Amino acid sequence: MNRKTAQVSSGLLAAVAAAIWAVPFAWMAVASLRPGVPPDIAALWPHGELGLGNYVDAWQSGDFPTWYINTVLVCAGILAVQLVTITMAGYAFARMRFRGRDTLFVLFLVQLLLVPTLLIAPNLTTIVTLGLYDRLAGIMAPYFASAFGVFLMRQAFRAIPRDFEEAAMLDGAGLFALIRHVLIPLARPSLVAFAIVSVTFHWNEFLWPLMAVSSPNKQVLTVGLASFASGSEAGGEWGVLAAGTVLVAGPLLLLFLLFQRRFVSSFMFSGLKG
Amino acid sequence: MGAAWSTVRVTRGMHAAPVRWNWQPWLLLAPSLLFLFAFTYWPLIQVLQRSFVDQAFGGAASWGVGNYTRLFADSHFSRASWNNLVYAAATIVPSVILALAFALRLRETTLFTMTLRTLVVLPLLIPLVAAAALFTFVFLPGEGLLDWYLAPLGLRAVNWLGSPTLALGAVAAITVWKNTGYYMLFFLAGLAGVPAELLDAARIDGAGALSRFRHVTLPMLGPTFGFVLPMALANALVQVDQVVTVTQGGPSDSTNLLLYYIYQQAEQNHDAGLAAAATVISVAALLSLTVASLRSMERGIHYES
Repeated sequence: MNRKTAQVSSGLLAAVAAAIWAVPFAWMAVASLRPGVPPDIAALWPHGELGLGNYVDAWQSGDFPTWYINTVLVCAGILAVQLVTITMAGYAFARMRFRGRDTLFVLFLVQLLLVPTLLIAPNLTTIVTLGLYDRLAGIMAPYFASAFGVFLMRQAFRAIPRDFEEAAMLDGAGLFALIRHVLIPLARPSLVAFAIVSVTFHWNEFLWPLMAVSSPNKQVLTVGLASFASGSEAGGEWGVLAAGTVLVAGPLLLLFLLFQRRFVSSFMFSGLKG
Repeated sequence: MGAAWSTVRVTRGMHAAPVRWNWQPWLLLAPSLLFLFAFTYWPLIQVLQRSFVDQAFGGAASWGVGNYTRLFADSHFSRASWNNLVYAAATIVPSVILALAFALRLRETTLFTMTLRTLVVLPLLIPLVAAAALFTFVFLPGEGLLDWYLAPLGLRAVNWLGSPTLALGAVAAITVWKNTGYYMLFFLAGLAGVPAELLDAARIDGAGALSRFRHVTLPMLGPTFGFVLPMALANALVQVDQVVTVTQGGPSDSTNLLLYYIYQQAEQNHDAGLAAAATVISVAALLSLTVASLRSMERGIHYES
């Protein structure tokens, strides 16, 4: 087999594998547009009667407005606090020398492995003690500090030439003015990368939001989808289930397709870890 | 306050050392440290301490290893531990191999490869519970995607998620589908760092494609494996959403995983002692497996080079 045929056949193999990867999405899109319970509900090509009836049913059987608002609030709240904490700590690790810095850095490292999801049992006790149980703030609190974010910002600040800061300092800028007006604008790409990873993670998170709140009006999209899905599965309403899944996963999928390059480079960042 | 003055040496020696307040780094670190303490270090201390507190029914609490004795005697826990090992192997091995294979074939940037990359990465963007919802239909006996399209091959009405022998594999398949694209991104980044001259030199020396992969590409990907493997290990412990929503650990405990077990003890049985002991064991297992995987890989790289 020469090089050319090897190239073509491996390309064919990759195309088939990628197509298999896309099947659940294709089914989701097609089934969501086919109202009722067609016998060939597994069809991957839209045919027969098409319409938005499944979306209407899904919207009415779940509390989507509340779930959207809560999810946006949780993602925005976590991100807002994270951006402050990681910028401050990232600067300290990038530019300052102080006793115990390296030990502290290792202590930060611990969080990379011991993700809060693993510590759901003790964290539940903590938010109950703090009076945050059944509040959106309780869902957010474990994520306010981000070791990954701190490393990302430390790298970003290190890449900025010191001359910028020295010039600003000579102009009499204080530390916080320096960070806000000089360093943050220069580190914006890293902040955007972090924001994309953070929002994707928290939009999609399930187990912790499930444990941290109990009132229906505090639920986020993933928790809502879980209860919604078990209902429509029990009723065999697969088209409604597909529509509900589109409503939950759609916003991020759309953003991804629009800003693909940004997303991909951000996720590549997320593996660098420092 | 005068005592707080200190000179801080700038790493680039050329410049005059600016004088800074010593408390400044601590002020900057305080918010992160506060939350890290509350939700990473404190839970670790608390869970360790709680796991050694024996709380008898209505009786006084005393120190002891009662929780661990109960935990190891609980057949659900031993089943969950074993299942989790199987789940780790059944998710990490296929997703890492597939990710590497995709990356190797899709490393060049053309419209064709970029389209394929997008398709493989898409599952990364959706919640695991949404993936689980889609896969309940994939695995639905009879009308579902697998049965519908594999019927011509003689597969008919297999109850993938309802069979004690198949369910764990089905649960793992959801995770593989979701993670492969993510890991592929890292291998793509890693492959971009393999110098073309090195591969060309190997080719001129007469090395075949397989040998170039084994002796040049694979060793150069060491650092990539170095963060993909720990991440995949942590994921094998943490990604249990589909168990919570679809299988609830069943049928007959065949998809019970450690974090699901912990969730059940903490949330449903309100057995804080058992939940704490199970968390300690899980964290210890994750840490030791991570260190072990990094160690063995380091040896591997050393040997190769």
